[in-house]
Amino acid sequence: MSAVGLHGVALTRGERTVLSGVEAEIAAGEFIGILGPNGSGKTTLLHAILGLIKPSAGQIRVFDRPPGVAGGTIGYLPQRRSALADLTMRGRDYIGGAVRGERWGLPRLTAADRADIDDLLALVEGKDLAERPLSQMSGGELQRLLLAKALLGRPKLLLLDEPLMSLDLRFQAGVVALVKKVQERLRLTVLFTAHELNPLLGVMDRVLYLAAGHAAIGSVDEVMTGDVLTRLYRTPIEVLRVGGRIVVVSAHGEMDGHHHHDHA
Amino acid sequence: MLDYEFMRAAFLAGTIVAVVAGAVGYFLVLRNLAFAGHALSHVGFAGATGAVLIGVAPLWGLVVFTAGAGVAMGILGDRVRGRDVAVGIILSLALGLGVLFLHFYTSYATQATALLFGNVLGVSMDGVWSLLGLAVVSLAALAVISRPLLFATIDPELAEARGVSLRLVSVLFLLVVALAVAEATQVVGILLVFALMVGPAAAAQRLSGRFRVALALSVLFALAQTWLGIALAYETDWPPSFWITFLSFVTYAASVAATHSWRQHRVALAAD
Repeated sequence: MSAVGLHGVALTRGERTVLSGVEAEIAAGEFIGILGPNGSGKTTLLHAILGLIKPSAGQIRVFDRPPGVAGGTIGYLPQRRSALADLTMRGRDYIGGAVRGERWGLPRLTAADRADIDDLLALVEGKDLAERPLSQMSGGELQRLLLAKALLGRPKLLLLDEPLMSLDLRFQAGVVALVKKVQERLRLTVLFTAHELNPLLGVMDRVLYLAAGHAAIGSVDEVMTGDVLTRLYRTPIEVLRVGGRIVVVSAHGEMDGHHHHDHA
Repeated sequence: MLDYEFMRAAFLAGTIVAVVAGAVGYFLVLRNLAFAGHALSHVGFAGATGAVLIGVAPLWGLVVFTAGAGVAMGILGDRVRGRDVAVGIILSLALGLGVLFLHFYTSYATQATALLFGNVLGVSMDGVWSLLGLAVVSLAALAVISRPLLFATIDPELAEARGVSLRLVSVLFLLVVALAVAEATQVVGILLVFALMVGPAAAAQRLSGRFRVALALSVLFALAQTWLGIALAYETDWPPSFWITFLSFVTYAASVAATHSWRQHRVALAAD
């Protein structure tokens, strides 16, 4: 069964065409890494799948329905905002604020809701986060909390927007392993955006690569080649494999985002 | 001190306003909108003085102007953020208009001080009824929107994907804030609304990460500040607005000190 279908999709933000001619069929249960340099449209694509923006051309289907209608089956982990780190709210109340939040009235959690939140926190190995304020959580802990929140209502499709951003390498591996574990446990389809490929190697089933307004989808070996990326970027690209890692290099030097975490 | 009707009216008005300011302030601080409350009160100054000029109670001029400005801010949304210069110039224009309206009004000085710094001891029993009416409306509206408001605050994209109109929620909330600000100015004046709308809520959020507890603490702090402030004003003959702002400062400072020493305590425990 198809989880996400992108048929000739074009997306615009304001006047700018961010992506066009995107073709992809993502099967239920797949783990897709969405890669590409900053500004290549990764977040825009996730927003379109969520139904927040309409494609200017083509069609998006989520479990064979239009994106807006499918809202309830999608879990979403937004790109981290700096404001989060100032929140003194504790983990359980933070997640609780999203429970059936679309209804009018006073926020109210039932005993079942609270048990559900604790189950989700246990699933992301963050039981202790329930009682702790967000302002005292590390970057890795915040991502686990956000992952638990994204799993509220047990979605079938999980959209994760740059969960590795500003985490150091050690914590990156932890987050990737955790997402993989949760995906297998709950049989989820996962779309995971990142601007570096290597942390997702061996975990993702296929890669959806975005660059210069276009997209290519396939296995890592199919997509991460000089030919494919040269066609996407419209500039000569080489792909090097060094000790099990993949490095993307252009004629002008290394490409944006594919290496700098190693030095950080 | 409760033998005097003006003291009874002051305590009643203070109680009503504190409950509204504490509750609305909780969400105001949570949404990082503290300065929106400040800005709304400045716009309200022109409304209040304009109302005085045409012979209407200043409270209603305040309500009309703050509500209008609240809706405008909600509709403009993020486009207002980061535009400090434009916002600042519009706010000074509002204060300037207020000065002009006062110029045409004869009993200039007392009216101006009351509007700018508050005069809770001057609230009449009629005024108390007006405040109560406004309080019921704003608290009822807050109760209706609080759930989607919380959702939109902590998870805007998902909230939108689930059908919450972020703009509608924002406009409705800023309308509630506008009413609360108009109320708060009756106690602490236009320049000091921070003391009631932000101080108690910020202290409460530092002390508790639980939604309900922090909300209750915020209301409690606002009430304590106001009651104690009015009582101290009665005893010392100093202005209540001074005491309320002073107590607001003390409450916030105490919350900072408490969370600091508590954290150091935890660090010390962890190091053992």
